Amino acid sequence: MSAVRLAGAVVLLGRFPALAGADLSVDPGEVVLVRGPNGAGKSTLLHLCAGLLPLSEGRGEVLGCDLGADRAAVRRRVGLLGHDTALYGELSPAENLDLWARASRVDAAVVPGVLGRLGVPERLWAVPSTRLSAGQRRRVALAAIVVRRPELWLLDEPHAGLDGEGRALVSGLLSEAASAGAAVVLASHETGPADDLATRMVTMAGGTVGVDAV
Amino acid sequence: MWRDLRLLAGDVGLVAAKDLRIEWRARTTLGQVLPFALLVLVLFGFALNANRPTLELATPGLLWMTVLFATVVAVQRSVAVESTDGAGRMLLLSGMAPAAAFAGKALAVAVQLLAVAAVLLPGVVLLYGAGIESLPLAVVASLAATAGLAAAGSLLGAVVAGVRAHQTVLPILLLPVVAPVLIAATRAFEDALGTAAVNGWSWVGLLAGFTVVNVALGAVAYGPLMEEA
Repeated sequence: MSAVRLAGAVVLLGRFPALAGADLSVDPGEVVLVRGPNGAGKSTLLHLCAGLLPLSEGRGEVLGCDLGADRAAVRRRVGLLGHDTALYGELSPAENLDLWARASRVDAAVVPGVLGRLGVPERLWAVPSTRLSAGQRRRVALAAIVVRRPELWLLDEPHAGLDGEGRALVSGLLSEAASAGAAVVLASHETGPADDLATRMVTMAGGTVGVDAV
Repeated sequence: MWRDLRLLAGDVGLVAAKDLRIEWRARTTLGQVLPFALLVLVLFGFALNANRPTLELATPGLLWMTVLFATVVAVQRSVAVESTDGAGRMLLLSGMAPAAAFAGKALAVAVQLLAVAAVLLPGVVLLYGAGIESLPLAVVASLAATAGLAAAGSLLGAVVAGVRAHQTVLPILLLPVVAPVLIAATRAFEDALGTAAVNGWSWVGLLAGFTVVNVALGAVAYGPLMEEA
């Protein structure tokens, strides 16, 4: 069974078709890199797969859930890293992850281990997230995904804002997740570490997904 | 069913505790709303020329007008917490029942408004010379009124969350909707403070009814509104 299967998927943002008939299939264990210029529809594609945007036309199935019928059912099973971090600024990294774990019905005891794994220094665990650097906040946002152990990872420019060590860490995490059977979809508009990680690359332009480039 | 209710109650507590912790750190209610509310009370005193009989008569209305202003600030803050840096996505992706998210956010706003009312009540006693004839009525009316304001405010906060000019749109929508709370809470306090011969408890019934309707509406509508925002 495919983790993601889109056929002629159309997503309207207002009246604008941000996705204009996209076709994509991703299997468990695959790392698919979605490449395309700004405005190609990459972020919209990820948000559709996360069940955050409604499908206007076409068919879509994620982790066996029909996006047209019950997209809310998908949300608990995916991890999404967008351009923003989705962290509460006044809460510390530990508090954000604890909240996320409890709300997602995951054992919050894993939080310290995950923060350590993501290289967030222990002295920062209790500091409000707004006081962290952009790279540190990015690591905490990734930690929130790791806490949940999703079946589908959806990452928008996951290496952006990270130092060399952070980039290697992210690549390692994603390889590990794919090896464990999770499907990974990365979106990026430029060449970088994601290229080495991907098992397959597709290109997007004008809201549609082109033929595989690799 | 009991397990589902326990999980729902747990999620309500989680969201409310989260919002209150954020509020405690940001100090919006403590540092901005409370001083603002006290200042309004003082200025009303100046505006009415410190005329004691007039002030005593107007005390219930002035008190609840001030709480109404505080509601606008508290709800705007509650909306901003979710929209900053996409934080609200955390609740959406968690799979939490939207009704629980709504109830948690409304509960946090109600606690803040209750704190404001708790400071204002002694304030009007000191500044306006008001007397409290029925403390139980004042307490119950405050609980019912703040719950109603918080429920209606959180619902309308979700309505305007996706609107670009939500900070100006919210008061325009909220103030007419919560007018019944202002009227009922003022009447109940007229009885509690002994400034008019009315049956305050019957007005508390109206406040409770308003709260129940808005909680029910919020529980049903909050999910679709979160999707739109």
